[in-house]
Formats: sequence, C-alpha cells, structure tokens
Amino acid sequence: MSESVEVKTLIINEKEVSARRGQTILEVARENDIDIPTLCHLDGLTDVGACRLCLVEIKGLNKLLPACVATVSEGMEVSTNTERLRKYRRNILELLFAERNHICSVCVANGHCDLQSLAQEQGLTHVRLPYRNPNLPVDASHERFTVDHNRCILCTRCVRVCAEIEGAHVWDVMGRGINCTVITDLHQDWGSSSCTSCGKCIQVCPTGALFDKSKIGSEHPKHPDFLPYLNLMREAK
Amino acid sequence: MNLDELELIAKSVRQENAVYDYELNVCMDLACASQGAEKLREALIAEADASGKKVLVRRTGCMGPCSSGPLLRVDPDETLYRHVRETHAQAIVNSLGGQPVAELQCDLNEHFDKQVRVVLENAGYIDPEKIDDYISRDGYKALLGALTEMTPQGVIHRITESGLRGRGGGGYPTGLKWSTVAKAGGDVKYVVCNGDEGDPGAFMDRSVMEGDPHRVLEGMAIAAYGVGASKGFIYVRAEYPVAVSRLTTAIREARRRGLLGSGIGGTTFNFDIEIRLGAGAFVCGEETALIASIEGLRGTPTPRPPYPAVSGLWGRPTLINNVETYANVAPIIRNGGKWFFNMGSERSKGTKVFALTGRITNTGLIEVPLGIKLHEIIDDIGGGVPGGHTLKAVQTGGPSGGCIPAHMLGLGVSYDALMAAGSIMGSGGMIVMDDTSCMVNVARYFIEFCMTESCGKCIPCRAGTAQMHTLLTRICQGTGTMEDLDLLIDLCDTVKNTSLCGLGQTAPNPVLSTLKYFHDEYIEHIVHKRCPAGVCNIQAPVEVLA
Repeated sequence: MSESVEVKTLIINEKEVSARRGQTILEVARENDIDIPTLCHLDGLTDVGACRLCLVEIKGLNKLLPACVATVSEGMEVSTNTERLRKYRRNILELLFAERNHICSVCVANGHCDLQSLAQEQGLTHVRLPYRNPNLPVDASHERFTVDHNRCILCTRCVRVCAEIEGAHVWDVMGRGINCTVITDLHQDWGSSSCTSCGKCIQVCPTGALFDKSKIGSEHPKHPDFLPYLNLMREAK
Repeated sequence: MNLDELELIAKSVRQENAVYDYELNVCMDLACASQGAEKLREALIAEADASGKKVLVRRTGCMGPCSSGPLLRVDPDETLYRHVRETHAQAIVNSLGGQPVAELQCDLNEHFDKQVRVVLENAGYIDPEKIDDYISRDGYKALLGALTEMTPQGVIHRITESGLRGRGGGGYPTGLKWSTVAKAGGDVKYVVCNGDEGDPGAFMDRSVMEGDPHRVLEGMAIAAYGVGASKGFIYVRAEYPVAVSRLTTAIREARRRGLLGSGIGGTTFNFDIEIRLGAGAFVCGEETALIASIEGLRGTPTPRPPYPAVSGLWGRPTLINNVETYANVAPIIRNGGKWFFNMGSERSKGTKVFALTGRITNTGLIEVPLGIKLHEIIDDIGGGVPGGHTLKAVQTGGPSGGCIPAHMLGLGVSYDALMAAGSIMGSGGMIVMDDTSCMVNVARYFIEFCMTESCGKCIPCRAGTAQMHTLLTRICQGTGTMEDLDLLIDLCDTVKNTSLCGLGQTAPNPVLSTLKYFHDEYIEHIVHKRCPAGVCNIQAPVEVLA
C-alpha cells in the first residue's frame, strides 16, 4: 500500500508546477528546468543556506528565502530571477572575488570552477570592491592532496562531505567572520591529521582550494556527481 | 511548598526585619562594587555593631544611577547617599535617628520620578543571594498561583492580554510565541533564557540576573508551565561571572525550597533549570546560534524557518525569551494582563529597562514606561549632557540599531517609532553622544564590531561587513571618494537583504541611520577632508609637485 503523499501546486516564475510536501523550492525548480544559482548546495549533502546565491522572492513576503532550504507551500508564488536578485547575486560573487586571492589564470580549477562559471553566468564583469589580498597559507603536507586557503570560499562542502558521507569529520571551520578558515582535525597539518585520504573533499570543492597533487590544471575536472548515487545505493541496502 | 507556606516564609522574614530600626541597603552591583562597596559594607557592619543600634546592613542589586556610586539607601527614611566610602561609615551610622549626612545626600528625585519599576521592582531592596528576601516581596507567588489556580492556556492568555513583546530586541509578541510553542507537537519541549547580552554599552540583563535572579527563574517556570516544558536552560555569557554565581545559588535555593524540581507546589508540574555558559561570541545571542551552542556545536545560525518554536533544541519545540522578558512574567501573572496593558504606548506595552551611557550626567540603569519621550529620558532622568556640550545623537539598539539625531528627541520610545526612525528598540542599550562624537567614526566602530563578531557562515555578512569597514576606514582617514560612498550604500543594501541571520541583516543599520541624518558629515570627510567633530585623524593631502 502506498503512503498518501500530500501534493502542492505553486508558481515559479509564472510557471505552474507541482511538488510534494517538504520539497525545497530548489528541488522543484530544478525538476522543472528552472535554474537557480547555488554554491554551497550540493546534491547529496545537507543544506546550510550559507552562500545566499539561491535567494528567491516570495510574493507577499518581505524577506528573501534561500531556495535550498525553504520548503514549498500551496499557492506560493516564487520569482527566481528578478533584476534585484541578479544584482544581489553579482554583489555576493563580487564579495567572494575580493575576499581572497582568486586568480583564475594560475589556478588548477581554471575552466572547471563553480565560482568562475557562476561569475560568467551572472555577468560579473569586473570587481569594484577593494581586493583584500590576504596572506593565507597553502598546506601541502598531505601526500596526495593540497589545500590552498587563498582559493577557499568557505562553502563547507568539504566539511559536510567528510562528516556526513565519509564519516571521518576531519574538516571543520575555525575562527570568526573574515578570519574563518577550514581546518583539518584540531588545526593540525593535513598530512598528520586523521584524514582517510578518500578524496571526497577534492571532488566536491567548487574551486581550486582543494586539489589532487598528481594532476595538472587541465586534468582536474571534479566529479561531485557521485554523491546522489552513493546516497541512493546506501539507502537501497 | 504551597501558597500558605510561602506566606509563612514572607511573614517570618518581615518579623526578622522588624527587629531592626534601620536598614542600610548597599548597592553591590558592578559599578558600585568596583568603587569599594564591599569595604563600605564591612565598615558599616562594624560601625553598626559598635554603635549598639539595631541596624541591618544588606547588600542589594543595582539601584540605578551608577555614576553616583557607591550608593547607599537608608530605610525606612529612604535617604539616598552617593559616592559613599568606607570612611563615611561612622558618620552615617551616627546619623541614624538624627539628621542625615547632608554632604553625601543626593537629590535624584527627578531621576526617579519619571521611572516606573516593574522588572527592577526588587533591585535595591533584596539580597540577591537570599531566596527568602525574594519571597518576602511576593516572590514565587505568581508561580504557585498559576500552578494551582490557572490552566496553561490561562497563563498564555494572560501574557497575550498583557501585550508584552520580546525584550531582546525584535519585539515579537510574547504571548504569540508561547502559544506557538504550546501548540507544537511532541511531549518534550524546552524553555531557554537568552542571557547572552552582548551589545556594547548594554548591561540590563546582567543587572537583572545579578540583582534579582529568582525573578528570572520564576518567569521561566511559569513559561514552562504555559507551554508544557519540563526542562529549562539559561544561556549566560561567561563574561558575567557574578550573574552565573548568583543564578547558580538561586537555582540551588529554589530547588531546596521545592520551587524547582519535581512536583512543584505539590502539583504534578516538574521543571528544572541548567546553566549553559557562552564563550564570548556575540552571534550566540541569535536564537538559532544559541541553540547550536547549547547543543555543543559551533555557534552559527541556521536558516529560519523552521523556527525554534517548532524545531529548536535537539529538534524539539523550544521557547526562547530574553532575560527581561521573563522578568516581566511574574508581575503580569500577579497583577493581571490588563494592569500591564495599561502601561506604555499604543503598540508597545509595559516598561523597558535601558542602560543609559555615554555623554550623560546620570549614567546607569533606568526603567521607563514605553512611549516616554526621548528628551524626558535624556534631560529629566539622565540629567542632560554634562560639560556644556550639546547633544548630537542617541544611539539605541547597539550594533543592530541606529543613531537618532538631536532634533528628533520628541520621539516616543516604542518598537514602531524607533524602527520608523531607522533604529530599533534593541535590548536596551542607550548611548548618548554629544558634539565630540564623529558619526562616521561611530558607524565605523559598530561595523568593526559586526565584522569581528560575524560568525563567517554566510558571505554577505562575513565579507560584506569587512568591505564596509574598509570603505568607512578610508572615509575616516580622508582618503574616501564619492564612489566609495556609493559602493558603501550598495553594500548596505546587499548585506541587509541577503544575510542569513539578524546580525548581518541589521549590521548596516548604524551606517544607514548616520547616512540618513548626518550625511553632511560623510561629505565633509570625503570632499573637504575634514572631520567636523575633530575625532578622525585626517592628514593634510600631500601636494603633488608638477
């Protein structure tokens, strides 16, 4: 006997769509080929609503809601691509580019970087804000992998994949505000940490912050698509 | 413990006190204690013993006018002395029964006349470490009354009827919050008290927790009865060690008296409270970050909905209120919702405690009915701006608030009026600034605060506040341009509307409100390279030789 599922209908960008109760706006939008930009979201990981790129407008609501965690409700009218939202998305990306040292031409992820593609997609042509140019370390102590904090955008995908999927919880975040960094264990070198060397964090990192030492830039496309499959197989038992 | 036994305790305390002809109440709150109130108390005890007079020397919580400390009130005459040192002890004890010591007497009638004390009704009258003192002033009567004579729905109805709104800053209707938690499903619910007061210049909650801790416990217990919880947490910042120790003592005493624990008042209601210490992060005052912190996780906020009322501590429905909100509960239950509703302005009921600081004669803790005009607070209660300076602005709401300019002092203090003026009520910090304050520098100060206190989770708050700080620093140093100002305004809009939690969403307020009311100061800095208040150190521009 099948469980009864409550179905909602709502409107996204003037298109009527259906959804199951509890689905997020992002899930429903993507099912219907409506693109909402995301950065911290990754299919297969819990959502944290941190990057704020997926903010959408809901009719009758003053606040913008993150589509990755906001769930649908009956009759909801969602706009995902207004001029205001596009401006905020560009500004957020601009903040990221000015925050650390994102120099595409010398980055291993050049050409297959989520930050870079999003900037192109959102029409971020130049950065008006002063570059902060922080002096951040590179930890190459691991025999296979390297973390370059200059390219990290603190999306915490590595933290989540390590804790939720690998079950090792080697990665975490240290510090506050602009001084936050991802760390391995209790801020030990990656090489001497409890890392299992599974490499999942490398695959899910949206930029060139985490990369495989054995590969040169052009060989470094990442494959985060293994996650939903892995989850599916685990659930199937 | 039941109502009759409570009355017996109250009676015995009154009988004990009746033995004394005089009561010397020494304010032992931080400001007075730091100026030697403890030594004064010891000296008074010694002098009283030597004199043979029947004198009770009592330590109390904050009496209010901190700038006049150490304070001493002699009862039953209600003579208030200021700047009392241990060397004055003899003269004061000798004066009992005769003329008061004239040179120490302070006339603060005007200061007290416009105040209405609900939350602070016991401050200055009870020893915060003695539960019986609290009981003698109707303490725990509301709790036992509610447990034996009211239904949980009745309790919530009374709070709703009172019109009480959250005193932590947001002003969310307390009754509505309680009823949401009460209606939420599940048999395990939690009640949390937010004592993570962190606004610069604010110390209302500290004074309440230190001066009248049982009031907070009683409010929480009544709330727990209303919403159906049996476990409570008080989240206090570790920077408040006295508050922590007073609360710990209070919880122990309340347990001993059967006012916390199982079967309270002989009913089937169980409720106990644990203290959790904050480790110094301002953001942990945000409710979802506070929950994460209590759970032992990194104190970062999570998106709402789901609200804590539905899914809070360990995923259970959780009621989170501020210290001052809980402190209002017992009097409302005792005196009725209408009594509270009749105080205050149209949509902001009751009283509000403010920590009055900055360029003002009487700094300290005040409690005023909402709707009171700002100039009444500044001139009548605060005694005006000292040193012949003129008032420039009043800052309310801490780093989430804004600056209200001098020409708007006719404003009635209420949630809505302050919001409309570009500030917020906030938790109760009120900083008075005179013509020696540079408003651009003030904005920079608050943005710096938000920048260092941002948790770093969401991009707009983490990187946005840092960029705003850079731009404001440029303007303060005289190197800012009009393009920088445009960029700053654009950033304010982005950070305000896209940040994850209240910290980021309100961080631009100090900038926006100073831009609104003191735009010319920004222009002076940028165009004329001059700081009108003389605060910013602007170097003369270097002439470029051709």
